[in-house]
Parts: sequence; C-alpha cells; structure tokens
Amino acid sequence: MGPARRTVALVNDEPMIVAEGLHKRYGDTVALDGLDLVVPAGTVLGLLGPNGAGKTTAVSILTTLLTPNAGHAVVAGVDVVRDPDGVRRLIGLSGQYAAVDEHLTGAENLEMIGRLYRLGRRLSRQRGGELLDRFRLADAADRPVKTYSGGMRRRLDLAAALIAEPPVLFLDEPTTGLDPRSRTELWVVIRDLVRRGTTVLLTTQYLEEADQLADDIIVIDHGREIAHGTADELKRMIGGEHLELTVLDLDRLDDARAVVEPHAIGEIHSDAQRGHLSAPVDGGASTLTKVLRDLDDRSVEIVDVGLRRPTLDDVFMALTGHTAEVPT
Amino acid sequence: MNSPVIALADAAVIAKRNVIKIKRVPDVLVFVLISPIMFVLLFAYVFGSSIEVPGGNYREFLIAGIFAQTVMFGATFTGASLAEDMQKGLIDRFRSLPMSRSAVVAGRTASDVIYNAISIAIMSLAGLLVGWRIRGSVTDAVIAFALLLIFAYAFSWVMACVGLLVPTPEVVNNASFVVLFPLTFVANTFVPSEDLPGPLRPFAEWNPISAVVQASRERFGNIPPEWPEQTAWPLQNPVLYTLIWTVIVIVVFAPIATRLYERASRR
Repeated sequence: MGPARRTVALVNDEPMIVAEGLHKRYGDTVALDGLDLVVPAGTVLGLLGPNGAGKTTAVSILTTLLTPNAGHAVVAGVDVVRDPDGVRRLIGLSGQYAAVDEHLTGAENLEMIGRLYRLGRRLSRQRGGELLDRFRLADAADRPVKTYSGGMRRRLDLAAALIAEPPVLFLDEPTTGLDPRSRTELWVVIRDLVRRGTTVLLTTQYLEEADQLADDIIVIDHGREIAHGTADELKRMIGGEHLELTVLDLDRLDDARAVVEPHAIGEIHSDAQRGHLSAPVDGGASTLTKVLRDLDDRSVEIVDVGLRRPTLDDVFMALTGHTAEVPT
Repeated sequence: MNSPVIALADAAVIAKRNVIKIKRVPDVLVFVLISPIMFVLLFAYVFGSSIEVPGGNYREFLIAGIFAQTVMFGATFTGASLAEDMQKGLIDRFRSLPMSRSAVVAGRTASDVIYNAISIAIMSLAGLLVGWRIRGSVTDAVIAFALLLIFAYAFSWVMACVGLLVPTPEVVNNASFVVLFPLTFVANTFVPSEDLPGPLRPFAEWNPISAVVQASRERFGNIPPEWPEQTAWPLQNPVLYTLIWTVIVIVVFAPIATRLYERASRR
C-alpha cells in the first residue's frame, strides 16, 4: 500500500467528532460537567436527555457557538476553540428552533445560506433547488416560509444545514414539537444522509428517536454521562418493552399471569384491584400475538392490552431512580 | 479573497435579505411612517399657529426636525431586527457559518439606510403637501438628505449594540423610546434652541441632533434671513459637527457591535 492510500485510510479511521472533559458554567449553574464523546466517521451518536441536561450546550460548543470553560473538542480533525472558522466550513447545524427567515421564500433562504458558505450564487441556487426537490419542498420553493407547516420548516432548516454538503452534521432536537407523521418523514431524510456517509450528532428527548437513528447513545443528565451504549443495550438495562394488560374479570388475573409468565424476561407487576399486570418481554408483536392466543384458549377476557415501549422516563427511573425532571 | 472583500460580500448577502423583507413586510414601514406623518400634520396645524419662529414660517422650520427625529427612531429598527434574529435563532445559524463576523451587523445597518431613505422620501411628500419647500439648490438638498442618512446610519450601530444585548425586540423599542424622545426633543427640532430655558439650551446646542437639523435646514434653504446668528460652535459649523459625531460613533460602536455579535447567543 502506497503512502497516499495509507493517509486516506487513516483519515477515514479517525473519529469525526471527539470531545474530552467538556465543562461549561453559566454563573453558578453547571451546564456541562466533564462530558466525553467520540463519534466515528459515518455513524450517528444520539445524545439523549431531558430539557436542561446540557445537550444543547454540548452542541453549541461543538459548533463553535460557545467556548468551553475546560476540556477540548475536535471536529473533522479541527480544534473548535483554536480554529472555529475551520470547523464552521465542515459542519452543518440544524437547531431546535427552525432558524430560517420566515419572510424569505424557501429558495431564497437556501441561496442566502449557500452564499454565506461561499458557494457562489450559481452553485447555491443549484444545490438549493436539488435540496428542495429532495425534501419535497419544490412546490413551496417560491413561497415565504411563514406559510410553511412545522414539518416543512424543519425540512428547510435541515436543507440549509446541508447546502455545503458538510461531512459532519449536528441536529439539535430535530423533531421536537413535530407531529408523528412529520417526525417519521424527517427520520427517513436523516437515515438517507447517513447512508450517504454523513457523520451525525443528534440530540433528542425521545428514546424512540435515538433508537431509530443512532448507532450509539449517550444518556446525559446534569451535564454528565449517566449511561452509554447501543439502543438495545440501554433497553436491556431497563428491561426492554413491557406487555401490559387488564382483565375484565378480576378473579381471572392469576390465569392471565400464568399465560404471561413464560414470556416475561423479568419481574411481573400486578395490581389485583385494577385487574392490571405489566411484564417486561422481548419478541415484540409476536409475543403479544402468542399471549393473546393463549388468553383466548383459556377464555380469559381482557379489556385492554398493549406493548409499551420504554421511554426516556423509564431509562431515568432505571438509571437514577428518579424520573426525568423538567426544570421550569 | 482577502478578508475585507469577504466581509463586504457577506454583508451584501445579509443586506439583500433585509431588503427583500422591506417589500415583503410593508406593514412595518407603514406603521413606522404613521407617526412622522402624524407629527407633520399635528405640528403644522396645531402648533403651527402658536409657535413663533423668526421669519415666520413654522412649517418650513418643522420639517427638517421631523426628518431627524424619524431617522433616529428608524435606527431603532436595526436593534429590534437584530434582537428578533437572535430570538428566532437566526443569529445562531449565522454564527455557525464560515462567514465574516462583522457581516450580519454591517449588512443590517447598511440595509436600514434604504429603509430610512424610503421613509424620508414619503415624509418629504407629506411636507410638500403642508407647504414645505426646498429653497436651496438641488446639490444642497442632496447634501441635507445625505447628512440625515449618514447620521442615522452611525446611530444604527448604537442600536445594533442594544439589540444584541436585550432579550426581545420589544425591549429595544421601549428602551429607545425613553432615550430618544428626550434626545430628539431637547434640541432645535421643534422649537429654536435659543428659546429653551436654563441648562436645556446648552444641551440642545451641543446635541448632535440639533447640528443635523441645523445643517439640513440651512441646505434646504429653510432658514430665513431674519434668523438670528447662531452663537454656539456646533450650530455655526453644523456639517462638520455632524460628521465628527458620525465618525466617532461608528469608530466606537462598530467594533463593540461586532464583539457582541461574536458572543451573542440565545441563552
């Protein structure tokens, strides 16, 4: 292997985002308390945590909007404090508040951002047009953004972050406040970007979102990591999904429990007064089907049944013993 | 490309954005114009008959003062717009881009000159309707308009600093009202400064707004021969005094505004 090829191989193996011991204080409030993270090229890291956990502060430091009080960070090989402009050339940022100008049209917004990335007018327009097509905004391209729906604004915001085709993308709560359909649409777009090789750091309050998109998840609370692993590892840590059911006849609760027992992968909680039981299971829908069939065979009538996916609250309950408190 | 060229190119992109907004959100302009037009009419018809000025034509005297007051208030638009950009997260986006650090504020202040020019044009029409006339040469009139605009341009850098410091555009508007109303009234805008009592008179004479007004009045030919000689130096040399203030304000506040922009953040 020649030296040139070796260099390329080395660059490809370098993680695209590395942060070590990031600290940030605002007055007496500690926003980040020694956060470390590593994101290999072409992967997605999910920073999962409640409001005020320090997710946005971490993104702000990595995107050069804030300077850390201690620690250092390197994005695509460039130090965020020593060469912020070098970092800015290599990143795209799409924030929680869709930062597009609502009086400009979608096309005008993208052209403006493209020109500020110094793509020149022609290339900015061309890329803008391509992105509007790709994000299904072509019909709305010449309408002021204030006429857009929330989902359309987020897609435009994401398009703005992508106009310079940056190798590293930061998404700060990309789907907060979106309806389920728009959220799913945005997930499709993000997965597509990752398939094309973009490295993504994503913050979210939703375990499901991290599960859908992230290769690796860091759960943070009060500015520090409280858990780290893949979505499966985290779910195993908290017992995965729960099967919950309520029987019609309270006397049959024990029969129902006997049916669920072989599928449970942990302790079953039951509430005799409400005729309700909850059991951690794996196997998802097929387990649910088997349980329903067995209940039917034994003529146990139920009023309600379902699989409940673990939420961020379950993660927090399992890891810290308290729910994810939202500061007011 | 070297950095001044890049800064100018970036500022031009930002200014273009702001100009697009003038035509797309005309209600802002309309709203801002209602008060000066109201002032033209109220002062011309309500006070016009009771306020005596040497030489007699209060309406002619009035217009330069209203122009100056309006462009000063127009400068607050710079601050309010920047505060709004900050509130909406646009400043965060701009700060994450590899663009010049001074371009957002420079583009803003530059485009607000156009905004002020439009408002002066409309007020001039209102003035002509109530009897105001340009009695000097065209060149002098152009100089008068230019002085008003560059002074307002300088002041919009001050307002940019305010806009980057406060949390919402409403704060900019309220705060500037409290400062700008006395500043534009304790001047020769609506009454001759020599008529002001006690310490208000020297304040008015050295108030740069008086110099802008004096300079425009002279260039518009709105000062009749019966007018007494000005005794204070700023009013004897109003163009020079205006330019001195303009340069000082820009030299002091442009770097501060750029600095504030670099540190600006929604939180």
